[in-house]
Amino acid sequence: MNVSHLLLIVLVMTLVTVFTRAVPFLFFAKKDPPKLFEYLQQYIPPVVMLILVFSSYKAYTFTTFGDGGPAIIAGLATAFFHLWKRNVLLSIAGGTVIYMVLIRIV
Amino acid sequence: MSVETSFCRVLSNAFRASIPVLLGYITLGIAFGLTLTSAQLPWWLATVMAFFVYAGAAQFMAIGLITGGASLFDIGLLTLLVNGRHAVYGLSLIQPYKGTGLWKGYLIFGLTDETYGLLTTITPPSQTNSAHFYIAITALDHFYWVLGCTVGSLIGSVLPFDTQGLDFALTALFIVLLIEQIKRMPRLAPYMAGLVSCIVALFLVSARDFLLTALLLSMVFLMILRHWLDTSRVKQGE
Repeated sequence: MNVSHLLLIVLVMTLVTVFTRAVPFLFFAKKDPPKLFEYLQQYIPPVVMLILVFSSYKAYTFTTFGDGGPAIIAGLATAFFHLWKRNVLLSIAGGTVIYMVLIRIV
Repeated sequence: MSVETSFCRVLSNAFRASIPVLLGYITLGIAFGLTLTSAQLPWWLATVMAFFVYAGAAQFMAIGLITGGASLFDIGLLTLLVNGRHAVYGLSLIQPYKGTGLWKGYLIFGLTDETYGLLTTITPPSQTNSAHFYIAITALDHFYWVLGCTVGSLIGSVLPFDTQGLDFALTALFIVLLIEQIKRMPRLAPYMAGLVSCIVALFLVSARDFLLTALLLSMVFLMILRHWLDTSRVKQGE
């Protein structure tokens, strides 16, 4: 793949990410955020996370020997670990290891 | 206290506070580096992305988008939506970051989920400059992430490592972030709005346009639900 294209992607992602992190400092350092911003900042993150989880699962194939079953089990394990210990590292590593094992033995 | 001992004190305090992030970033960074090289992308891209982009979920997502041939615009827009949650974080740090001078730009750049979590739960040690403490935490976390991603991509490009299934780490990361959101916002309506958007998008558009369509649809639903969500929140007395 073209190096300059990859670097252009990095540049765009960097600028967008910095922008998202800078929004409050740029716009709301002196005045309170408008009601609409408060509403959106409350509700956008939960909606986006649900869509991202759904979108991740859409990529798996739900047939008898597909990777969908392992993904569901590993996802439930991830949720279980997180509700139990609330340790991000444990939840992600635990779920991923279970998934990697399951797709090899199923 | 001399400048030098104060510097060491701040750094050792910051290091001890950041150990959970050290473990998390090294592990997740290695997973990222391995996934990136297994997608036939050059190893240095992991280091460059870790250093400049410095956003785990967006980086993982970019691997799939790059190999899938997504446009620069799609990548930019998805980064905006995935990282949109960061726009909330700064609100509680406007006051603490006052008086951090030229470093303020760097502190804002490095405001990841985990760094935000540390900075808002741990109080700077007494008798030290709190700005220095924030800078030390931010720089240490940044360093761990670059190190983890680089180690992962180097391992991945040297060893023929069987990484099949490692990309589940991204799904798991999204599940964790979703649970955190549910704990923060235990209401059914926003999740239903998201779910309905997904189902509509699933039947309406091709797999390629699914994510963007679902995200834009959910924004429309949120705007429609605004009056109802706002007033029911007042009634509940939250």
